[in-house]
Amino acid sequence: MKILVLGATSAIAQAAARLWAARGEELLLVARNGDRLSAVAGDLRTRGGTVETLVQDLDDASLYGRLVRPFDRVLLAHGVLGDPAEVEPAAIERVLRTNLIGPAQLLTLIGEQLPPGACIAALSSVAGDRGRAKNGIYGASKAGLDAFLSALRQKLIRRGVRVVTLKPGFVDTPMTAALPKTPLFASAESVGRGVVRAMESGADVVYLPGYWRIVMFLIRSLPERIFKKLSF
Amino acid sequence: MTESWGRYPAAAHAAEIPIAWRSEARLPPQRPVLAFGQGRSYGDACLNDGGTLLHTFGLDRFIDFQAGVLRCEAGVTLRQILDFAVPRGWFLPVVPGTEQVSVGGAIANDIHGKNHHRAGTFGGHVRRLELVRSDGRVECAPGDPLFAATVGGLGLTGLVTWAEIALMPVPGPAIEVESIPFAGLDQFFTLSDESDARSAYTVAWLDVLSASHRGIFFRGDAVEGGARPPRLRASVPFDLPLVNGFTVRAFNAAYSAANRLAAGRKRVHYRPFFFPLDGIGRWNRLYGKRGFLQFQCVVPTRDGIRAILDAAARLHAGSPITVLKKFGDLPSPGMLSFPRPGFTVAIDLANRGEETFAHYQRLEQLVMVAGGALYPAKDARMSAESFARSYPRVAEFTPFVDPAFSSSFWRRVSR
Repeated sequence: MKILVLGATSAIAQAAARLWAARGEELLLVARNGDRLSAVAGDLRTRGGTVETLVQDLDDASLYGRLVRPFDRVLLAHGVLGDPAEVEPAAIERVLRTNLIGPAQLLTLIGEQLPPGACIAALSSVAGDRGRAKNGIYGASKAGLDAFLSALRQKLIRRGVRVVTLKPGFVDTPMTAALPKTPLFASAESVGRGVVRAMESGADVVYLPGYWRIVMFLIRSLPERIFKKLSF
Repeated sequence: MTESWGRYPAAAHAAEIPIAWRSEARLPPQRPVLAFGQGRSYGDACLNDGGTLLHTFGLDRFIDFQAGVLRCEAGVTLRQILDFAVPRGWFLPVVPGTEQVSVGGAIANDIHGKNHHRAGTFGGHVRRLELVRSDGRVECAPGDPLFAATVGGLGLTGLVTWAEIALMPVPGPAIEVESIPFAGLDQFFTLSDESDARSAYTVAWLDVLSASHRGIFFRGDAVEGGARPPRLRASVPFDLPLVNGFTVRAFNAAYSAANRLAAGRKRVHYRPFFFPLDGIGRWNRLYGKRGFLQFQCVVPTRDGIRAILDAAARLHAGSPITVLKKFGDLPSPGMLSFPRPGFTVAIDLANRGEETFAHYQRLEQLVMVAGGALYPAKDARMSAESFARSYPRVAEFTPFVDPAFSSSFWRRVSR
C-alpha cells in the first residue's frame, strides 16, 4: 500500500507508521522539521518500510499540489495546541489555519484523487466534542474539523473512499513524560495501534481508547446552564 | 512525582524536561541534570533531588541494523529491541530481569543477566555511543577511557543519545529450561559449577526465610522451534500493600511446591523465562506507598554468601523473589561496573523505616567484611565509605563526571 503520513513526527503518527513499516508498506512522510523527519524516516526504514520524505510546512497551501497522488491510505496527524491564554488575532488564526483550514483545503484536493478502497483518517480530538474555557480555539478548530470530515465522508463514500475521524483522549507522549499518569492516559503505542485498526475496519468516528466515547457522551449531555459553571 | 522503582527515597525535581530528538539534544541551563529512562533502578541512582531530570522516553528510534549490529537511540527499551530482533533471528546478548529498561539505563548501570558466566555484562557488547556533555557532543568506543567511565557510569558522564549494540544470533523465541530443586547451599554450589559449564543461562530462586536455604535452580538454553508468548498480562492499578511476613511465607511455600511438582525440562517462551515479573505491571505497588529496598550484593567467596544468607534468614528479611547467581570471571568493561567473580544475591526488603534500614546496614557490613560490593542500580542506603571501599576505581572515574551532571546517589556516596 502507498501511505501518506502528514505530520509524521507526531508521537501518534510515529506509532502508527511503525506498524505499517513492519509490514513493509510504502510511506511518504511529511513534516516541517527536516532533522526530526530524517530521524523518523531512519527508524521506519530500519523496521522494514520503504520511506520517502518531504519537508514541508503544511500551513502553506501553495504546496498542496505536490501531495495530490493516488494513495491507498492518508493519515493526517499534524496540529497545534496553541496557547489558551493567547488573545492576539493572528495567533488564534494560526491555530485555525493549521488545525482546520489547511486540513480542509488539503483533504478536499487529495480526496478527489484517491482510488476506490482508499481511506483517509484525520486526528481530531475529544476536545472538539464540547468547547471548554481551557482550550477554546483548539476545541473550535477540532469541532470544525469534525464537521468537515463528516461532510467529506458523505461525499467520498459514493466513490468507495472511506473517511475516519480519530478522537484520542490523553496520550502519553514525550511532552507529558513528567506528568503524573492518571489511568486516563493511554500510550502513544496503543493509540497508534487503534489508528491502524480503525483504518482497516469500517469505523467512521473512533475514540481512542474506546471509553472516551462514553466520557464524551456524558459531557455532551450536560445542559449548558450547568456546563458553563464547571471549571474542568 | 517521578519515583524510582523502589519508591524510596523521595526526590523533588526542580525541572523535568523531555529529550525526544537526538538532533536537538542539548543540556538545559537548570543544573545539575541527570538522564531518566524507564525509572527501573530501585534506589536513587536515577533520581536527582533538587535538580533536573532529562526524560529520554521519546528518544526511542532505531537508526540502523546491519549484520547483527543495532544502532538505536538511548530511550529505546530492551522490549522494543527484542520485539524487533527475535523475528529476524537475533537476541540481545545480555538481558536483565526486566525488559522494561532503556538502552541508556542498561549502559549506565552496566547490567548483567542469567548468562553472565558466558557473556559478561551489557557494556561488553556496546560498540560505540554518543554523549552530549556540557562541552559538546562526543563519540566514544571500547578502548577510550571515556567509554570505560560511561559504561556503568550511572549517567554521570553525559547524556547518551545513541548506542550501537552487537546482537547475537538466536534460533527462535524458545528456551528449554530445566528446574531442579535444591535443599541447601552446598547443592546450589555444585549445581552452579556443573550447569555453568554447559548451559547458557543459569539462576536460582531462593526461599530466603528458610534457614536451610532451599531453592530452585533454573538452567536454560535457546533452542530451535516455536514458543508462544504468554497472553495474559495483569497490572497492579493502585497501591496495594500485600507483601508482609505472612504472604511471603505463603508465596514461598506455594512457589517452591509448584516448582517441585513441575521440576524437569520444558520449553517456554523467552518472556516468562527472563522476565517473569514483567507479567505483572507496576508490581512495585504491592509494597505500598513506602516502597521497598532491594539489597543486591556480590561477594567473592562461598563463606561470604553463606554468612549473608544466614543473616537474611535470621532477620526475617522477607522477600518473595530472591535471586542467587554465580558470576563468571569475565572482566567488566566499566570503571564502576558491579559484576565481579563471586556470588550475587538480590533480596527485596519492604520499607518499614528505621528497622529496615538497620537490617540493610547489617547486611551491608557483612558484604564489606566479605570483600564484596553493593549494586548502585539497586541501592538507596550504602555509606560513602562502603562505596569507596568496594569501587576502587572511583578516583580514576571521577574526572570523567561531567560538571553539569549529578544524581542523588552520587551526592550520597561521593561525600
